[in-house]
Amino acid sequence: MSGRIRVAKWGCALLAGLALSACASDGGSGKAKSASGAPAEAPYPSTYQPYPGTPTALVGATVFDGAGGRIDNGTVLFENGRIAAVGGPDLAVPAGFTRIDGSGKFVTPGVIDIHSHLGDYPTPSVAAHSDGNEATDPATPDVWAEHSVWPQDPGFTRALANGGITSLQILPGSANLMGGRSVTLKNVPSRTVQGMKFPGAPYSLKMACGENPKRVYGSKGRKPSTRMGNFAVNRQTWIDAQAYMDGDHAKRDLGNETLEGVLKGEILVQNHCYRADEMALVLDMAKEFGYKVAAFHHAVESYKIADLLREAGVCSAVWADWYGFKMEAYDAIPENAALIAKEGACVVIHSDDENGIQRLNQEAAKAQADGRRMGIDIPDEVVVGWFTLNAAKAMGIGDRTGSLESGKMADVVLWNGDPLSVYSRPEKVWIDGALMYDALDRKRRPVSDFELGQPGEGDVK
Amino acid sequence: MKRFTLAAIAALALILPAAAQAQDFAVTGATVGTGDGGEPIENATVVVRGGRIVAVGTGVAVPAGVQVIDGTGTWVTPGLFAAVTDLGLYDVMAVSDSNDTEAGDSPFNAALDAAPAINSASQDIAVSREGGVTRATVAPDAGSSIFAGQGAVIDLGADREAVVRPRAFQFVELGEYGARRAGGSRTAAHALFRNALREARAYGARAAIPGRASRPDPLRTGDDLPVDPRLAGSDSAERSADVLLTRFDAAALVPVIEGRQPLYVHVERASDILSVIDLKREFPKLDLVIVGASEGWEVAPQIAASGIPVIAAALNDLPAKFEQLASTQSNVGRMKQAGVKVAIGPFDGDNHPRYAPQYAGNLVALSKLPGAAGLTWGEALAAITSIPAEISGMGGRNGVLKAGAAGDVVIWDGDPLEVSSAPVKVFIDGVEQPLANHQSRLRQRYRDLDESDQPKAYDW
Repeated sequence: MSGRIRVAKWGCALLAGLALSACASDGGSGKAKSASGAPAEAPYPSTYQPYPGTPTALVGATVFDGAGGRIDNGTVLFENGRIAAVGGPDLAVPAGFTRIDGSGKFVTPGVIDIHSHLGDYPTPSVAAHSDGNEATDPATPDVWAEHSVWPQDPGFTRALANGGITSLQILPGSANLMGGRSVTLKNVPSRTVQGMKFPGAPYSLKMACGENPKRVYGSKGRKPSTRMGNFAVNRQTWIDAQAYMDGDHAKRDLGNETLEGVLKGEILVQNHCYRADEMALVLDMAKEFGYKVAAFHHAVESYKIADLLREAGVCSAVWADWYGFKMEAYDAIPENAALIAKEGACVVIHSDDENGIQRLNQEAAKAQADGRRMGIDIPDEVVVGWFTLNAAKAMGIGDRTGSLESGKMADVVLWNGDPLSVYSRPEKVWIDGALMYDALDRKRRPVSDFELGQPGEGDVK
Repeated sequence: MKRFTLAAIAALALILPAAAQAQDFAVTGATVGTGDGGEPIENATVVVRGGRIVAVGTGVAVPAGVQVIDGTGTWVTPGLFAAVTDLGLYDVMAVSDSNDTEAGDSPFNAALDAAPAINSASQDIAVSREGGVTRATVAPDAGSSIFAGQGAVIDLGADREAVVRPRAFQFVELGEYGARRAGGSRTAAHALFRNALREARAYGARAAIPGRASRPDPLRTGDDLPVDPRLAGSDSAERSADVLLTRFDAAALVPVIEGRQPLYVHVERASDILSVIDLKREFPKLDLVIVGASEGWEVAPQIAASGIPVIAAALNDLPAKFEQLASTQSNVGRMKQAGVKVAIGPFDGDNHPRYAPQYAGNLVALSKLPGAAGLTWGEALAAITSIPAEISGMGGRNGVLKAGAAGDVVIWDGDPLEVSSAPVKVFIDGVEQPLANHQSRLRQRYRDLDESDQPKAYDW
């Protein structure tokens, strides 16, 4: 008999870490909040409506539920855009469900990328498309990534078809200390960015430590030109935001509205930061001003302070093995993710790359194997959580997607083999129960406006 | 035959410094991918003596006195051959002081020679070695001109002699990037290119120096391209006043136009590829290799007919540039089906040579996808071993497990194309390589975070 297996050590370790953390604080649950940009009152609201789907039963596949569970010969039922039930072979398929044989195949939640620039740095990568960094001031909390996103970026389609990506967070770039607000999207083609916006997802503020801000502004002869300058500008900006928050709000200030949202815990913080020592300083800055970092992004040295990150409840959104491309990445090691997990801190695998987003599953598999070789055994069902539920939690949408649990969004990938193998590809991808990609049906593949009438239109890519 | 081989090995062992420390060893009971395009052979044996492969296959007897490594449960392949890399040219890519990939402010272009700049001790080489990469070509990046300069063949052995063959090829940009370097247009790139070759031809003729090595090359492979005598100062050729190339640059292009030095041309767009193929009519001796070719599948029959080999990225599938609109992961597979010789590459920047097996494995996965074109496992391994070696002029010597080839052997803990696998042992010229590097030392130090007795700085 097969059944739902939870792995105590890793599942609990991760959950224990998460319970304390902004990872688990699924803020922005859709309820109306204060004037600082809470979803219900925010302008540019989501117009996304799930597309029609049919009640579907995936039967006989190996199911990784994203929450640390594994079911061999499992059954996943979804209808009306929601997961209806997840179980073993004894779970009955109700009448009216389309039955898909998953024998020899695998099912996971839709893959989620917490760090993408699709749409704000789209392809073709021409200067006219360079909309990710408002590199005219080191603190631009007033800008919103959604106002840069080009929904026709062909990268969204590749992320869906090759990566099984169903949700993703588009961040401003890292030129600025405070780069602006992120936007979380459903990976559904749309004529407008509003048609992609994940309903009720909280905003995040993108922040950046280290080399980039000081290089960009130092080269302009402006502050900051040093790491201490980075902190000085950040702290003064927080002090000013506190004053704004305590004021009468008579005159709106877009930047301070974002920062007030952070200080009130309504807007999450996604902080690009490579070095361990800088992350430790950021944790103290967050204490100084009373906000929470949801995740450090890139975080190539998290392994040096995984204990601090566990205690602070901060996720590390990391690559598997990027190395050496800049000074602050010189101490990156492939065992980073495994060492973070070993300490009980939260791991998310991210891409920050229009190609990498197509293979987050493979990156996770590499990071798992690098850990195994040094004696850190992390089960497959936990590793799948690195690119599903952990990402969702750190984005504040973990209560709605990221795992295969009854009532959650039916964001589902059917893989033609083990998703932790290089030899596997997404076969079908559902978003809110609608079949948005099918490798076996050439027309069930989105083609962006940009690619119509061009060489390779509709190709397998 | 065997006696001849052993005699040859004995002779080579005296000549080759690396072979002097080579171990005689055999790996038995392993799953062996020979790199020649065939499927893996189970329960096979690989025998290395005197720094060379002497036998591969099932039913191979291990000679007496040869150390036996039990390969049960492991996979064995030739060392990976990474075509067109920047290995050894930087310590940290974004630290410009440490980066020798490009010389945009130099007055020279074609004459630039990667060989003396390559640092065999760079971490990128050490990390790549740990990933099973044993050989590579290293090319400079184009700076101020369409000509990037001359690339080298290297081995990744943990010694001070990385360069196996200097000046192994010239590299030129004739696509979007080249057009911007040339003055703003592809027209300028092609005019500059033709002018340069004609200047080189005229210069070579006037210099009245035969375009051959004046004496045997002292380096290991025996067929290295020597420094052109004109670069060494024995130049009395007169030149007309309107030349664009410096003497050094013109001299460097003489072996290109004579077909003695391969010319690597970076183009992506289908129409640019056809323009490159056309160059053969104008300059018949050119020994061309196309690098990039994102849209190669669209003109695959023409490439195949030209006989020009291609070094192409495996997984580029985005219209990153207008010259890459037709990019698809099926590009390599479709070109292969059309009869083009295709290696996976190039590797530069974040695109590290150690990712080659992952790229190859993805192409195997594609073969299961309706409408897509992938590679078989054996073809995929060949695309990162024997084929890049052949394109690089090292065919039969590197990138393949067969008698007479260099003893570059990698023992893996699983299927080498699978993302969860990694090398257990790496041999180059029969010498077992250290796999430690900056990363592995950090891993050891931070295995735990216990500082109760001493700071981590004392843990080494």
